[in-house]
Amino acid sequence: MYTQGLDQAGKEQREVAETADMLDAFQARIDAEEKIEAKDWMPEAYRRTLIRQISQHAHSEIIGMQPEGNWLTRAPSLKRKAILLAKVQDEAGHGLYLYSAAETLGVSRDQMVGDLLSGKAKYSSIFNYPTLSWADIGAIGWLVDGAAIMNQIPLCRCSYGPYARAMVRVCKEESFHQRQGFEIMLTLCRGTDEQKAMAQDALNRWWWPSLMMFGPNDSESKHSAQSMAWKIKRFSNDELRQKFVDVTVQQAGYLGISVPDDELRFDEASGHYTFGEIDWQEFIDVIAGNGPCNKQRLLKRRAAHDDGAWVREAAQAYASKQAARAAA
Amino acid sequence: MSKQEWPLYEVFIRTKSGLSHRHAGSVHAADDQMALGNARDTYTRRSEGVSLWVVRSDSIVASDPAETSAFFEPAEDKIYRHPTFYKIPDGVENL
Repeated sequence: MYTQGLDQAGKEQREVAETADMLDAFQARIDAEEKIEAKDWMPEAYRRTLIRQISQHAHSEIIGMQPEGNWLTRAPSLKRKAILLAKVQDEAGHGLYLYSAAETLGVSRDQMVGDLLSGKAKYSSIFNYPTLSWADIGAIGWLVDGAAIMNQIPLCRCSYGPYARAMVRVCKEESFHQRQGFEIMLTLCRGTDEQKAMAQDALNRWWWPSLMMFGPNDSESKHSAQSMAWKIKRFSNDELRQKFVDVTVQQAGYLGISVPDDELRFDEASGHYTFGEIDWQEFIDVIAGNGPCNKQRLLKRRAAHDDGAWVREAAQAYASKQAARAAA
Repeated sequence: MSKQEWPLYEVFIRTKSGLSHRHAGSVHAADDQMALGNARDTYTRRSEGVSLWVVRSDSIVASDPAETSAFFEPAEDKIYRHPTFYKIPDGVENL
């Protein structure tokens, strides 16, 4: 249950010292695959980890509307415009499901939105790349949403109930996103040489940033081990990245375009594709705010928030007036 | 940012006639009518429901998970409330 009254219970519990017995009992519940619900006792670190992860996830959905929104008025047909609009609306919806889930942990919506607008909160590095051609919309659906699905399906079994339930809803909708992206790529690849070249160019630019979406290598990932123990995370970054490469390389083969990696080859012994080293410096730079579009994304989000202020204030004033009249 | 955060509403959806409403998530809204509109746009974009309930989250009274065992204890020792408590000899049918 997502009630505001829960915040109070949370605050009282926070004053209780976390004894070894309490932590052990909590871990035993996790190990027994019990779901943790909003009002249940949980270690502060578990709560903080989830607030960070779920709010970053929500921010990513919200910022993720921008690269695609860039093509809403320029999509090549009315059908493509309608589909893209539905997809961008879904991203907004996903952001809202996730903000709701994070709020059950005792953080307010205004606080989370404030952290995004101030630049304090992070969001997925992928949305700081520009969408230069229509083919990029295909590549985003196919690769970016494909990578997101790899990450998100295990989250449907996450130990925190409200997050897991939100992810079930998100995953059902992501499947449409990935298929519509693949279909755009397929249409381009079956088109003129120029259209196929657009598809190849989009793959060239989105491939490596998509692999970065899975996060640092396991050896470098500072949150991984604890998140695995708490069953927030079910598979490591590298396991998920490998799975993504294996399925996506085959799909690229079907499209007749090639993944931009000279070191890519199929390893008979392991049954997996081996691939080249990711440019981690680029990943670090983008996360640190120096990607191609970081500043633009944040400025646009702030402008949208500021431009909508009068609407929020008017709605609040109307609600207050109606409530006062009803009370009189 | 608005000075006052809009209240939180819990959203319940009846997926089709004959089924009960089920909790789906929550939305913020300035008033009840807006909560209904926001809930529709957020949780039923793919015809997931035929009926929606929204209720202010602070109107819900919930049991306390820390007191779960004590709260539900009265039912624990009344196993005779279950049909499996009664032993019926072989040969007796339709019971």
